[in-house]
Amino acid sequence: MTGQERDDAGARGRFRVPPAAPGPDAEPARRNGHRPASPPAGPESSGRSPGKSEAPGRSGTAGRPAGPEAPRTEAPRRAGRADDAGPAGARPETPGRDGPAVADRPGDPWDRKVAGALAFLRRRLSGDYEVDEFGFDPELTKAVLHPPLRVLYRDWFRTEVTGVEHVPADGAGLVVGNHSGTVALDALILATALHDHHPAHRFLRLLGADLVFRMPVVSELARKSGGTVACNPDAERLLRAGELVGVFPEGFKGVGKLYSDRYKLQRFGRGGFVSAALRTGTPIVPVAIVGGEEIYPMLADIKPLARLLKLPYFPVTPTFPWLGPLGMIPLPSKWLIEFCPPIPTAHLTDSADDPLVVFNLADQVRETIQQTLHKLLERRPDPFGP
Amino acid sequence: MTPGGTPGAPGVVVVTGVGRYLGAHVAARLAADPRIERVIGIDPPESPGEFADLLDGVERIRVDFESLGGLLADLDVDAVVHLALITAPDRQQGGRSAMKEQNVIGTMQLLAACQRAPRLRKLVVRSSTAAYGASFRDPAVFTEETEPREVPRGGFGRDILDIEGYVRGFRRRRPDVTATVLRFAPFIGSTADTTLTRYFSQPVVPTVLGRDPRLQFLHFDDALEVLHRSVVEDHPGTYNVAGPGVLSLTQAIRRAGRVAVPVLEPGLSGAAALARTLGFGRYGLDQVDLFVHGRVVDTTRLEQEYGFTPRSTAAAFDDFIRAHHGGVVVTRDQLAAAERLVLDGIRQVRAAVREGS
Repeated sequence: MTGQERDDAGARGRFRVPPAAPGPDAEPARRNGHRPASPPAGPESSGRSPGKSEAPGRSGTAGRPAGPEAPRTEAPRRAGRADDAGPAGARPETPGRDGPAVADRPGDPWDRKVAGALAFLRRRLSGDYEVDEFGFDPELTKAVLHPPLRVLYRDWFRTEVTGVEHVPADGAGLVVGNHSGTVALDALILATALHDHHPAHRFLRLLGADLVFRMPVVSELARKSGGTVACNPDAERLLRAGELVGVFPEGFKGVGKLYSDRYKLQRFGRGGFVSAALRTGTPIVPVAIVGGEEIYPMLADIKPLARLLKLPYFPVTPTFPWLGPLGMIPLPSKWLIEFCPPIPTAHLTDSADDPLVVFNLADQVRETIQQTLHKLLERRPDPFGP
Repeated sequence: MTPGGTPGAPGVVVVTGVGRYLGAHVAARLAADPRIERVIGIDPPESPGEFADLLDGVERIRVDFESLGGLLADLDVDAVVHLALITAPDRQQGGRSAMKEQNVIGTMQLLAACQRAPRLRKLVVRSSTAAYGASFRDPAVFTEETEPREVPRGGFGRDILDIEGYVRGFRRRRPDVTATVLRFAPFIGSTADTTLTRYFSQPVVPTVLGRDPRLQFLHFDDALEVLHRSVVEDHPGTYNVAGPGVLSLTQAIRRAGRVAVPVLEPGLSGAAALARTLGFGRYGLDQVDLFVHGRVVDTTRLEQEYGFTPRSTAAAFDDFIRAHHGGVVVTRDQLAAAERLVLDGIRQVRAAVREGS
């Protein structure tokens, strides 16, 4: 990528950075505006800011005004629980359902973090959390499943997300995307990125193949992160409950296609997702994901081995199976995710069983995604660029 | 004999399975209802005479299901409540073959007798959410319309499918009878003694590795309430009866203060078989399937039709925990104390480091 191209892209306002700001030597993640340049996406993304201020926290009194802080830090040790009603307004020490069992000391981010982590652990160990009827565990998803995915999409894939405003802020929505990448990592990245970038921090309830739910451990992670089996009863139930549902109609045809077929949308099944949206009058939000195809470029598919292992395909990538477990590391491609304007379906509720309407709508969604993919690919001439 | 004074409430009610926990409690409750004139409890002749103290107002008849036909007609029965189901094979009482005999053949004979009872207006049959089977392609939440995708591996699940099939046949032949099928979630409560309550009462609880099924429970008292309403009111159809809400298995175990031990699934199936042959424990493939797949049902239809919402699964389970606090390994207070201890420790260490620097 030359400087000229980058400036062009910047001038068109697609990279949300001032065109003059990035030099060729700037750190890529920062240039994409995901680091401190962008406002913190929410309470959970504030994990970064204490990292920056950790020096004063660790070196004790050096970084902060020593006067009021020093006596306060002495108090809890010497007086034990007596400082509950202290002037600092510390919380009472009785373990609330959500609060930490021990009152936190104000103004000490590390102390708060430790206390929060311990309270989290206690809640988990005593079963004090809620799961919904699909097995979705929002607390666990936010605290345990999202952070590693966040590192992956933000720092490893340098993901840029556009068009989040097309995703409804409340009420149901059906997000339909292209599937790729040999391993269905794109679904998880999409869900995490949407949660972080959406102003309402909505969770995307993914619909997965039944293979996912056959596998132990994987099935439970899928359920706990809000996923469920891709079938119409579940999709419609989620949509009626006003949830945001994510679906990849290409299924294994999309994930398991060869690298040479990258960014060519496969057939969209029987359009079951469209009838689910029609029956519930839910808007369909097409989303195009660029970058997933390059993480595990699939050069060949060993079909006999796949049949033997009862898998839909057995991939051969430049690194897998040659490098063993190292082959599981995704290549650091550059990702672009664009949400397209929603397609309303409320006026078509009566035509949910009309195959013509269903196929036309599925085609419309497919075309939208395919065109957006081409547009995004133009913006990203180098798959492994910054 | 005239039907009961209240419209809809039957005069003579026959309850099967009064020798068991559920049947005895239902019969006692119906006998206490002034709208019902006679409650007759039916029991196989060889059943033990348990719950006799409960069954004061209940006429007990010990009879084989084979000779029921004339009996139901002679008694001028208005309503039949069929509760005589065995949920798990019991070695002392003949194991699986006796269970199937009782569940499937017994129901067949009872329904045949009902068909010939001229005054019969109401039939209430106990079923189970096991009717939905267990498959990896199952939707997360079953409504009454959901068809089972795979025939269940466990004996009880298969029996339930057979029983519901017979009830469907009965409905066709006697459309004048109000037939209510209640698909109950597993019972739990402070006094109920079921396979599941025994399971959760152990200090160390085996689970299936890599599976954390979603479970629903029904408080025993709510089951009684729904059965009672089914007899005195008219609610034709099939209904899921479960506590709203969901607990995952590990969550339930943690709330009960027990310790979960994940076991590989073939190991658990093998262990269940071994326990069965050795005669202790009554876990079968029904339980293993439940602990792999979980089972959650939609109770909207029940709530709309009965105007009654059972207490939530979590509340029902809490009631069970309060009654079975004996074998608790880890209590909530211990966890809170441990948390306080660790946090204080960390604070002291950090304060010491700070003072040192």
